[in-house]
Amino acid sequence: MPDFIAEWLNQNDIFNAMTIMEYWDGLVTTVHLVFLSLVIGLVVAVPLAILRTVKNPFVSGPIWLYTYLFRGTPLLIQLYIIYYGVAQIPGIQDTFWWEIFKEPLYPALLAFPLNTAAYTTEIIRGAIISTPNGEIEAAKAYGMNWFLRMRRIILPSAARRAVQAYSNEVIFMLHASAIASVVTIVDLTGAARNIYSRFYAPFEAFIFVALCYMALTFILVFVFRKLENHLLRHQRPVNG
Amino acid sequence: MKKLIVAASCALAMMTGTAQAQDLRIAFDVPYEPFEYRDDNGELTGFEVELATAMCEELQANCEFVIQAWDGMIPGLLARKFDLIMSSMSITPERAERVLFSEPYYITPGGWFGPESFNTDVTDMDAMKDKTVGVQRGTTMDTYVTENMGGVVNIKRYTTAEDMVLDLEGQRLDAVFVDYPVGEQTILNREGYKEVGESVKLGEGVGVAMRKRDAKLADDVNAALKKLKEDGTYDTIMQKYFNYDIKI
Repeated sequence: MPDFIAEWLNQNDIFNAMTIMEYWDGLVTTVHLVFLSLVIGLVVAVPLAILRTVKNPFVSGPIWLYTYLFRGTPLLIQLYIIYYGVAQIPGIQDTFWWEIFKEPLYPALLAFPLNTAAYTTEIIRGAIISTPNGEIEAAKAYGMNWFLRMRRIILPSAARRAVQAYSNEVIFMLHASAIASVVTIVDLTGAARNIYSRFYAPFEAFIFVALCYMALTFILVFVFRKLENHLLRHQRPVNG
Repeated sequence: MKKLIVAASCALAMMTGTAQAQDLRIAFDVPYEPFEYRDDNGELTGFEVELATAMCEELQANCEFVIQAWDGMIPGLLARKFDLIMSSMSITPERAERVLFSEPYYITPGGWFGPESFNTDVTDMDAMKDKTVGVQRGTTMDTYVTENMGGVVNIKRYTTAEDMVLDLEGQRLDAVFVDYPVGEQTILNREGYKEVGESVKLGEGVGVAMRKRDAKLADDVNAALKKLKEDGTYDTIMQKYFNYDIKI
């Protein structure tokens, strides 16, 4: 460790090895939680988005209702209902489900993916229905069936249109994950709140954690820029 | 002209300052039962209010009670809106940098609460291993559990007592360690819950807060409180509001 950092660590009361470790553990929890939520959310959202574009209202209706409910209520309320509501179901403590829902991580891993999946479904659906008719007609002219058309033409082209909106959703999810700290998960925000209440130093504790979130956001922005460059490289000028 | 008024009011202030009966304004943040609250007739009452009344008699002072919200307590004191704070203000080093505290006049213990089925000795670290204990974040109870049981028990920190009690009810927590009056009101009055361990007196207690320059007043207050603690007045008032000991 460079000398000036060691010296600075010695000079202040708040940022010592112990609190830095608490922040680090919080960072690991946040990344873990957000990554799993996004992966599960995306895996759920793609089929839902496809089904949402189906004309049959008995297929698309329930999915519309799901996205409406989860986009229409705050994530904090959803997490509260799942975390505290489940514990109020009579007799749940005696079933094997309790082993899962006893820990705060799993209620959060239910609420977060369901929430992000609702938004992602709508993002992808929007991208699917804005596929130019010409592309679909050309695919039909080649004799592709529905499945092949979806896989080769519609989804790849929708992914290009969705990626920018989806990068926003990913960043929102990272920031929304701060809500996990209200159900006793010690994520980045949880660590900051613990340290704040121990030292009565709101500025130091929260500004440091804000910088951590900013660093994570910069990483995400960088990754998505690379991804966009890759997916949209056909749009660049030839000599650009 | 302006100078004259200032001079005159200064002289007036000095005159009243030297008068026999002192005027004191004491601030409370209501409601905080049973320490300070309004009874059914709207009269200010409670443990600290009665203690303040007894203290004023002892000091032979004319006391006026002021209602002040918690956030503005210390700023209000420093701005001379009142002279004393007797509103359950715990003595902490951070606060002591800005105000002058009297000797502590009460301390609420931390209490262990849990379901009837909880039969573990909370002081036995081997038995407590891997138990889940709830505390309110940043309280003296939190510090106590973190320092004495950290690494042994699984500590869960809550912002509000309500959330913690919900998780105790939901069996996510084996026991909670919480400010005794809070536990008494929110947990003990439920079916199936009990005290699961000896309560522990934590921190430095609650003191009367005054401006740093009022050292003379602080001496008088300390003397008056000492008298009340010794002559039984304190105990009479305490027993009216509490069935456990908060004397320090």
